[in-house]
Amino acid sequence: MESAVDPRQFCDRVLDCAQKLGASYADVRIVRRDGESIWLRTGKVESLNRDSSYGFGVRVIVDGAWGFACSPDVTFDDAKRIAEEAVRAARASASTKRKDICLAEVEPVVGSFNSSWETDPFDVPLDDKIGALKEIDSALRCHEKIKLTDCSMRFWKFDQVFASSEGAYIEQKKIESGAAASATAIEGGEVQRRSIPTEDYATGGYEFVESLRLVDYAEQTAREAVGLLSAPVCPSGDHTLILEGSMLALQVHESCGHPIELDRVFGMESSFAGTSFLTTDKLDTFRYGSDIVNITADATLPGGLGSFAFDDEGVPASRTDIVKDGIFSGYLTSRETAGEMGWPSGGTMRADGWNRIPLIRMTNINLLPGDWTFDELIADTKDGIYAANVKSWSIDDKRLNFQFGTEIAWEIKDGCLGKILRNPIYSGMTPEFWGSCDAICGDDFWHIWGTPNCGKGEPGQTAHVGHGVAPARFRKVRTEGAQ
Amino acid sequence: MTPDKLLAIALDHSPADQTEASLYIGKSALTRFANSAIHQNMIFENNVMSVRAVFGKKIASGSANNLDESGVIELVDRVVEMARLQGENPDFISLPKPMYDVANVESHCDSTAASTPEQRAKTVLALIGESDKISGSAAGSFTVRSGDYYVKNTLGVDSSERSSYANLLTVVTGPNGGFGYAASTTNDVTNIDGRRIGAQASKLAHDSANPIALEPGDYECILMPYAVADMINMLVWMGFRAFDYQEGRSWVCGKLGQKVVSDSISLWDDGLDPRTIVSPIDTEGVAKRRVDLIKDGVANALLYDSYTAHRENKQSTGHAPRGLAENLIVAPGSSSVDEMIASTKLGVLVTRFHYTNVAHQMSASFTGMTRDGMFLIENGKITVPVKNMRFTQSITKALSGVQALGSDLKLEEGVLAPAIKLGSFSFTSATQY
Repeated sequence: MESAVDPRQFCDRVLDCAQKLGASYADVRIVRRDGESIWLRTGKVESLNRDSSYGFGVRVIVDGAWGFACSPDVTFDDAKRIAEEAVRAARASASTKRKDICLAEVEPVVGSFNSSWETDPFDVPLDDKIGALKEIDSALRCHEKIKLTDCSMRFWKFDQVFASSEGAYIEQKKIESGAAASATAIEGGEVQRRSIPTEDYATGGYEFVESLRLVDYAEQTAREAVGLLSAPVCPSGDHTLILEGSMLALQVHESCGHPIELDRVFGMESSFAGTSFLTTDKLDTFRYGSDIVNITADATLPGGLGSFAFDDEGVPASRTDIVKDGIFSGYLTSRETAGEMGWPSGGTMRADGWNRIPLIRMTNINLLPGDWTFDELIADTKDGIYAANVKSWSIDDKRLNFQFGTEIAWEIKDGCLGKILRNPIYSGMTPEFWGSCDAICGDDFWHIWGTPNCGKGEPGQTAHVGHGVAPARFRKVRTEGAQ
Repeated sequence: MTPDKLLAIALDHSPADQTEASLYIGKSALTRFANSAIHQNMIFENNVMSVRAVFGKKIASGSANNLDESGVIELVDRVVEMARLQGENPDFISLPKPMYDVANVESHCDSTAASTPEQRAKTVLALIGESDKISGSAAGSFTVRSGDYYVKNTLGVDSSERSSYANLLTVVTGPNGGFGYAASTTNDVTNIDGRRIGAQASKLAHDSANPIALEPGDYECILMPYAVADMINMLVWMGFRAFDYQEGRSWVCGKLGQKVVSDSISLWDDGLDPRTIVSPIDTEGVAKRRVDLIKDGVANALLYDSYTAHRENKQSTGHAPRGLAENLIVAPGSSSVDEMIASTKLGVLVTRFHYTNVAHQMSASFTGMTRDGMFLIENGKITVPVKNMRFTQSITKALSGVQALGSDLKLEEGVLAPAIKLGSFSFTSATQY
């Protein structure tokens, strides 16, 4: 890490101060984060922004309770001052404690890790990036009823050091890239937006953005947006529903990814985002889905937006079974929550920068593939709806009752895709919905979708997570059309 | 280095036609508690400079928190380089010029800035004490924030504001399936009474125990101020931002000057109203103007920043970025909640919403769940708590059937709101608790 101070000496100073002040455990993270975003709105560069942020955060346990403080000044003076503030906060926490924090043990690691990339997106000339977006924009505006287009690229670069009072010292560098584009058709008070189906984010360089080939799908996307203006509204009733990959990724995110966060289960987020229906008494016994539903949490998948080498507690990335043959079988854990259960940590603690504490965050939460082809799935469906791309989402505070809107749907009649349907909405209860899953497409259709905007915690933290899924079919799902 | 000096370095160094530099210097703390004990206790400080550089109709922006002289120069150089390289935006006219005098008000309280971890823990303990009385479990957060915001541009804008903010909120979970929420927002942390907030939430948690399932359908509905605030934020977000309106994506399109809700509804944004967290300027340094969004049921005006205002040859209303409204006020009525309940034959009372989202923007329709206290009203009395329900509802349709407005106002999520009794609200499904 480029730094005005030697990061190792700096970390040693912070940890030494914290321990001398009474911390039984301390860790420090120095983080430099750079971000770039380019947004074209209907042919004009609406926003071009580059941010950088650098600082350090200190987390301590004193008298069995947590404290955290941070500063943008990575200096030896602030090392002591911030350690003192963190310790003071922890002592105040301890005045309310009902039990001591107990961390799961972890072998302290000394090492470094770089994610892989071919082309650093920050080295790609701005002209090239804007030019590529303009080409997509131009292709999207192929019809007079397309009144708005949005084309964007976003890039992040992370350079961070983690050190703990237990002896860990880990350096990690990571680059993430992604692009998105959509066309909005407007006519007579009707507004219909359609996203290019390959828009996505991943751990990787500019080569990932090029691989999306957004321009190749732009005209078809625009035609669908225009077609939606006059399409019939999605019918109400119980229907067989096939979900496209990116929509299914959100379904996994909201109805599986969040409720398996063990801090939520323990009530740590109950006043804000809520708790979880997946209480610990359900582990290994509760039927979450049908027999073919297998879900993993896997931070080791190459290229996943939720992939990394070590979490922000210095725990190595791992793969955990979440649902096995339909039975709920695992959680996302931290050292604290795993310690409470007597388990090793699953290594899922991540912080949104140097000035935030690590929280349990999704890694890549994946619905494992089945063995259907997409064509077989459609052909096997006599009467149903195929819904694609996220438009709206809402779920209750235990993650049971959900309602999602998609950008578009297609009627399925006698094994063939038919007319498009406007304003589709589907809703249900999580276990019943996953219990109705009777077919999942195979490896060839499986893709890790990147979600760069997962929100959690107070103050709000945004995590970058991934979801590997293939299109899947669900029976007797309630659908309707928003009007 | 002083803020003035840092901003001067940025503006002096920039070769752009127009340059804006803003600086936020702030400190905040957040004490979170769950299971009736503090589990996260955080102290934050950060100083961030943001720069916008303009060459003709080319504009770029950036921010950084390395605020020595070299860091500021590096930031300006980077933004200037980007602005030079980027394409023109024909809709961009100019950064804002000085227009109105900035009101001499501030919401800063020294007591909030000086809040300590020990004081926050003491308040949280008082709150937890009330939860303990019902054998409940308290979770929540206690936020304090204070900071100075400065913004200057090369056209003469030179504005600043000092502000502070304190918020205590809690959800108490009762022993028999009840939940209760209460919150307090102020600029002066000494106004926050942990015991009172704890008692309010604990009473709700006690009263909402053992809820029954209610058949989905349309019900008369009393929305408490917490729920009203959520709904009003959605209504404004979906309709009154000039950016969306100009692009034809707002439910207000074609309806300005028309009656859109009941005559009894008036809604405005006023950054200077001392009942809200006062904020005299927006992020561009433009003085905030009061904007009457709905007057006596009629859609009246939109929220502009300089970019959207210049598109219509108007002046910014001081709502950068992108029509952001943070001081919304719903005109109160003269009813008490007890009177609303007494006048209800068959209906529900909703404390709060959860995870609201747009269902259909052009009809101002939103969806979400109820949360933390929902009750059935029969023949003028609350009879039983009910399990949480999903709703999907056009807000303008709901507000077209206003039967009563509360006389008391509560500040929540940037909205000063009364309780509202609606003739009909559409609940589409239920959950299990």
